[in-house]
Amino acid sequence: MRYAETGFNLEVDLSRGNIERVATDPRDTELHLGGLGTNAKLFWDRVGPEVGPFDDENLLIFGAGLLVGTPAPGCNRTIVSAISPQTKLFAYSMMGGFFAPELKRSGYDKVVIRGKSEKLVYLWIKDDKVELRDAEHLRGLGTMECSEVIRQELDEPNAAISSVGLAGENRVFFASIEQGRSSASRLGLGAVMGDKNLKAVVVKGSGDINIAQPQKFIEMCNDSLAYIRHRNDNPLTNVMPILAGLGSPQEMAVHDEKWHTENFVWGNARVRRKGFWTEEVASAWTETMETMRTRMLSCYNCPMKCGAAISVDTRMCSYMMKCFSKLTYTMGAFSDLEFGLRIAQKATEHGLDAFSAPQTMAYALELLEAGILKDKDFPGMPEDNEGRFYYLLDKIVKREGIGDVLADGTYWASEKIGNGAMEYAHNNIKKIEQLPLKLGMLNQIYFLMYSTGEKANITQIEGNFPQMPFPTREEREEWCADWPHVPDERFKEWFIEWEMRGENSIPNYPGIEATCEIVNWQEQMHYIDDSTGMCAGLSSFPYKPPFHIHNLPHLISAGAGLDLDEPGLVRLTRRNRNLVRANNLRRGMTRADEKPPEDHWKRRFPELEQKLLDAYYEFKGWNLDGVPTAETLRELDLDYVAEEFLERGILKENGEGASQGESGEGSAS
Amino acid sequence: MTEKKKKIVKRIIVDVDKCNGCQGCEVICSASHAVPKYSSTNPARSRIRVIRDPLSDIYVPVFAGGYMAAECAGRDQYIIDGKEYEECTFCRASCPSRDLFKEPDSGLPLKCDMCESDPDLDEPLCVQWCIADALVYEEREEEVEETEEEETLDELDEGLQALANRHGWDKLLDAVARRSQKD
Repeated sequence: MRYAETGFNLEVDLSRGNIERVATDPRDTELHLGGLGTNAKLFWDRVGPEVGPFDDENLLIFGAGLLVGTPAPGCNRTIVSAISPQTKLFAYSMMGGFFAPELKRSGYDKVVIRGKSEKLVYLWIKDDKVELRDAEHLRGLGTMECSEVIRQELDEPNAAISSVGLAGENRVFFASIEQGRSSASRLGLGAVMGDKNLKAVVVKGSGDINIAQPQKFIEMCNDSLAYIRHRNDNPLTNVMPILAGLGSPQEMAVHDEKWHTENFVWGNARVRRKGFWTEEVASAWTETMETMRTRMLSCYNCPMKCGAAISVDTRMCSYMMKCFSKLTYTMGAFSDLEFGLRIAQKATEHGLDAFSAPQTMAYALELLEAGILKDKDFPGMPEDNEGRFYYLLDKIVKREGIGDVLADGTYWASEKIGNGAMEYAHNNIKKIEQLPLKLGMLNQIYFLMYSTGEKANITQIEGNFPQMPFPTREEREEWCADWPHVPDERFKEWFIEWEMRGENSIPNYPGIEATCEIVNWQEQMHYIDDSTGMCAGLSSFPYKPPFHIHNLPHLISAGAGLDLDEPGLVRLTRRNRNLVRANNLRRGMTRADEKPPEDHWKRRFPELEQKLLDAYYEFKGWNLDGVPTAETLRELDLDYVAEEFLERGILKENGEGASQGESGEGSAS
Repeated sequence: MTEKKKKIVKRIIVDVDKCNGCQGCEVICSASHAVPKYSSTNPARSRIRVIRDPLSDIYVPVFAGGYMAAECAGRDQYIIDGKEYEECTFCRASCPSRDLFKEPDSGLPLKCDMCESDPDLDEPLCVQWCIADALVYEEREEEVEETEEEETLDELDEGLQALANRHGWDKLLDAVARRSQKD
């Protein structure tokens, strides 16, 4: 018997209309858990570097995490993977909601989609009954709209539905896959789904998910719930309100937006507005949120309420929102919260990434102002600011006129526009738009996270180590007195000694070795979550979460019947991390791609930055090009990657170019 | 002359405004009724279900009540605070008109047992797992008139009765005799 997982994938070939239920190898679970780990393995095995995002051979995988569907609170994530049209690299984007648990109960750990359908179709999975159904009548419908039509025509009010809107159908490079209160937004996976002529994946399951050691597992779940209740009643002090609790940043609950509106940048990630958050603004925005937010919402089996139903001109729910999408349109357009919530409703129906979309629109208006684009490129565009954003949204999702160029995102649009446009695509890493944040002094921890994080999104890379020191040593000591989450005691020392100013401050303190350890720890936690399907909001993202490196090995073991201890889980995570990287290195990613936006910090330290990257590569067991050495790969049972790297010349037999240092990673345990 | 007698009335107060739609109640209910306990999870086996209609902003946790052999003759519609609820939204019955509260394998009716166990729990598990406090447990002592104990059906009796209603006692007894000989 397989525990926690079902042991089967659903393989769907859209070109032939063929559907198969395929048993998976339990050894892959032992090596990679599930979710991202096994997604990365399937891509390595089946999607070569020659495959482009819109080729038949590109896979689109909806992978449930290993513990999804068990009683573990917050274990509900779907990890969606494909080659990204934006980065052209192996992409993964994750969503919570209800999709993955339904998929597991239907009897599948993943849906693996290849090929392209001739006609627009949707995939309907109900336990062992799986069919491709005509979706021509859904063409052009919004993601929420088409989901409602599907639920009614199938008479399945509780089916979980992942769908694309007009943006996905028209292969907008930053199209999302929407799923009610959740979405896989980043990296343009909606464009891949639309390119495959797949409007939606609909799933309803009624099977059991089994637990290997029920009593032990449920005790851990109960402990975590008790801890969550305690934390909900006792927010952390010393940190800003949105980071004081558990879950994703509590954007739907917290009204105080001083931090975001004054420290993050407006427009095309440019303008910092000190003093913006006046009492007048605070009261107007609070009023907007209190009026338009009609209910706080959770994902499957999670007590946190990170999402909200938003009502636009109705008492019903117009759409559902979470996290920072609350502010991205508002800040992109220099407007107010009501505009942001209204345009987000349209953008959610069209299925767009709320990071990339507003930045791309603001970028277009900057190009117009700079004279690189002309008035004739925007025929019929309204004069007012908000009107312009609605106009651009419409042009982009329809790929009409300039919208067709902008729909490729700021990097690829700049290539087409030329004439200095690339200067305006300034907030990208690996060709994808980033969180709009511009700061003064280089932060060495964030430098490494931005540079090497392959999710290409900082919120899925940062996490458990405080973003900044606290003003006094007493406060830092108090924090450390109750901080069992750290891999070992050294992390507490680094934090206690970390000052806001002076010798022991950024960018020189924590030192290079400590910085590598801190970055590695945070990354490790995300890689664990992305394979178990645990939400980052209860584990890798917030401070002092209920799940951490010391209890997760037990939870995974008790749930899935694996024999994992802490060093075992650390090793497994290193394996997954290296396999994700291997996919991208084989696709041509190099050290040169691993850098934050030029203007992310005003004060940069090129020499230090090079030292940091060298040291981190060495720490990870990679050579100075950022390629895992053959020794590292073999040690992690990735011999087949080493062989292919040697064959392709990505690694050289004599170790040329390879660093001689030993891997320090994992030494903590 | 009837005697007064004290009785503990157990109830769960459902605050639909606080429900965040997570289905945690369904998860723990189905897990705790699995055999062995907690060995599997499946909301389809849960004795509490959240009736959800997200676009209409309807989230109503409903506990499995009694078994009904026939569906209702007519249906009502409730309009509360501008939201339209089907009568079935609030109904606790395991009945032929819907899939709710039936064992998925056998089709037999499910009924909430308030997690009665030995030793007693402080609160039913769904209430314990509802951190949003949409479910709140309450015990109240009431004085009731002493009457003859009504016959209460246990789970097996209730299942048998449901099978008999569906197939008739003759067929059911035949089947039981046949199966028991095989074993």
